[in-house]
Amino acid sequence: MAIGERDPHSGHMTTGHEWNGIKELNTPVPKAVWLFLIVTVIFSIGYWLLMPAWPLGRTYTRGLLDNDQKEIVAKRVSAAAQGRSAWTQRIAAMSYDQIRADPALMAYVREDGHRLFGDNCAACHGMNATGNAGFPNLTDRDWLWGGTPEAIAHTIAVGVNSPASKDTRVSQMMAFGKDGILDNDAVLAVADYVKTLSEPSWAKGKAASVAKGREVFAANCAVCHGDQGRGNPQVGAPDLTDRTWLYGGDIDAIYTTIYTGRQGEMPAWEHRLDPVDRKILTVFLLDKGGKP
Amino acid sequence: MVSGLTISERQRSMAVLIVLAVIGLVMAAAGANRADPMQAHGFLVLLFSLGVLCFVLNGYFEPEPSATRLTSYYDDPSKAGIVIAMLWAVFGMFIGDWVAWLLAFPDMTFDAAWSSFGRLRPAHTTGVIFGFGGNALIATSFHVMQRTSRARLPDQFSPWFVLIGYNLFCLLAVSGYFLGITQSKEYAEPEWYADIWLVIVWVTYLVLYLRTLARRKEPHIYVANWYYLAFILVVAILHVVNNLAVPASFAGAKSYSLFSGVQDAMTQWWYGHNAVAFFLTAGFLGMMYYYLPKRAGRPIYSYRMSIIGFWGITFFYMWAGSHHLHYTALPQWVQTLGMTFSVMLLVPSWIAAANALLTLNGAWDKVRDDATLRFMMMAAIFYGLSTFEGSFMAIRSVNALSHYTDWTIGHVHAGAMGWVALITFGSIYAVVPWLWKRERMYSPVLVEAHFWLALAGTLIYVFAMWNSGIIQGLMWRTYNDSGTLTYSFLDSMVAMHPYYVARAIGGLLFLIGAIVGCYNIWMTIRRPSGASALTDDALLPANLQPAE
Repeated sequence: MAIGERDPHSGHMTTGHEWNGIKELNTPVPKAVWLFLIVTVIFSIGYWLLMPAWPLGRTYTRGLLDNDQKEIVAKRVSAAAQGRSAWTQRIAAMSYDQIRADPALMAYVREDGHRLFGDNCAACHGMNATGNAGFPNLTDRDWLWGGTPEAIAHTIAVGVNSPASKDTRVSQMMAFGKDGILDNDAVLAVADYVKTLSEPSWAKGKAASVAKGREVFAANCAVCHGDQGRGNPQVGAPDLTDRTWLYGGDIDAIYTTIYTGRQGEMPAWEHRLDPVDRKILTVFLLDKGGKP
Repeated sequence: MVSGLTISERQRSMAVLIVLAVIGLVMAAAGANRADPMQAHGFLVLLFSLGVLCFVLNGYFEPEPSATRLTSYYDDPSKAGIVIAMLWAVFGMFIGDWVAWLLAFPDMTFDAAWSSFGRLRPAHTTGVIFGFGGNALIATSFHVMQRTSRARLPDQFSPWFVLIGYNLFCLLAVSGYFLGITQSKEYAEPEWYADIWLVIVWVTYLVLYLRTLARRKEPHIYVANWYYLAFILVVAILHVVNNLAVPASFAGAKSYSLFSGVQDAMTQWWYGHNAVAFFLTAGFLGMMYYYLPKRAGRPIYSYRMSIIGFWGITFFYMWAGSHHLHYTALPQWVQTLGMTFSVMLLVPSWIAAANALLTLNGAWDKVRDDATLRFMMMAAIFYGLSTFEGSFMAIRSVNALSHYTDWTIGHVHAGAMGWVALITFGSIYAVVPWLWKRERMYSPVLVEAHFWLALAGTLIYVFAMWNSGIIQGLMWRTYNDSGTLTYSFLDSMVAMHPYYVARAIGGLLFLIGAIVGCYNIWMTIRRPSGASALTDDALLPANLQPAE
């Protein structure tokens, strides 16, 4: 039997054991420790009585409060939807112009649209809808697929080149250089010509190239982009005469676009967002673009 | 180091290494045949075994150790383990801080798969938990076990097998992430062959520990050994159960877990939480229960509190894992049990922290003057803080706010940096002069600098994540008048940015501290042994239980 000794500092006895010089005091466990241990155990027993807690074979103790997290969340979701329906029903029923003319409703659209846009669109189009390289700016009123409310709503629903929608908008710019449709000189020439459409001063000193480019353009590009290069919203062909560029407007970017082609993709949202949410997003975007 | 092994142990080592090299060759050939990433791991195993084999061969013809070795403790594996642990610390913390900067500035990486966030993150967690923490636990457990049992390790081969084998597992794990090999189970990412290897290593570790304890000259088993033993035993059980899987092919890295759906989630978090409990808590409590009283020169405050703390922690922790799955498909009654057992767990956890801090009564002047002891004191405080936080966050309604936010990240780092790393650094600073028979660390000033770097880094990190986590949680649940969420997820991302920068700065301070520590340890090892070398051995070697 080990003999304890008194620790001069604390006045407590040691247990008499020693391990490589380490001793242990036999200090009693403080009463507060027992108290807190008992309190936490009582809390737990109380919680078990009130809430689902212990398994009983194929079932479990359901608790006095009859608390069920699945029922609770279902109730809360339906209550929230009901609260929201006060104004979403009006959105569903009203025309785009009517909604935009209603300041109270527009306040809701701006609040909810911000969240909808942020969670679904901003990853590509940016937090402020001002776009990124390859992803259009949605605030400049320059719409690839048409800027009417109906056209915007349709784009959101079916997307562009989206495998998820059979009605998706289809936009395929061919890889004229890579696929050998045009030789390299022709690609260089048509790039020069396209550049002059928005920046006439580019033609200076390149008369021959631009003239050749004009012919190439008429034969290969005008089908989609139009004789004047003003684009065609039916096939999402951009207007080449303005200063808005989806993939960059410097001569290298234009060359790359013609050489490798462009097949941008936008997801279809018809299966992911309900019609009211898509309508809110449409109005939100019209509002972002400012007054026509 | 090879000179410490007997000829038969050298032969045994070579046999094991040759078998391992052959296994590596077979893995490489099988993987190459199917163009499977296992090929690379085969070559890793092959090169690793050949490298160690060269080392053994190099010392093979040295004279055998004399019989007098049996009258002293066998510390070579502990020395190697501490050096390896510090190397892993720098690697793991470097990756961690890189990932922290990457979260603030997403372009701060290479345009390559290996450097994507999803691969760097497990390299960080494995590097610090298993590389740094695991090696420190193995090294200190050998040291503590021998002294508190007054018994030499039973042989010289097993500890090396455990240490080197464990590091092969760590290398397979981390290199696997960069190659894209993962089970996608958090903290259990390595694939089936690495898992099997760890089982072999770990069982050897358990047997080695039991053999030493069985031969102890002390009548009682010291509390540090209860904790080390709980760590070794339970980690073995956790590892085996959670990693039960069927390989898609024995010639490939991919396997499929035996569990699916919510059972998989429950098994994973039973494992995950008890890895926190028995790897990151029990093991390091073992460390604390030896080095803190030893350094303070004080008896343990209360033997009775040691007992209640130990059995409370081991019993309650086992139930708590389901608190990671609140408000999920997991049945609510399982969540209730997880929550209530987590609440009851608080008291035993605080008993352990209080027992450590009260042990310092009568030695607070040393805490003031000695940064090494202060590391351990601060670790006990962070242990108390993070166990309180853990129990608090396990309460369902608190978890509703904290879950999936940075609060969780802050919580684990209060534990990992504040508790695990600080107790490890403190223990290492205590044990290095003892092991290498030096008067003191090379530079006490650098120990002091490391303490403040580590503390500042931890505080900056944890406060940044608390702020960021609570803001995230609140932003995600804020509704506006229209009955919809006010903020998009991206809004909360933008709000996090300053905290992510602060977190990365905190991590950087912590990393610099670890590098300072490495330098200090290296210089201590290089410095010649002084006449007044320190030792923690209270008893004469003659009183030692020799090897088997």
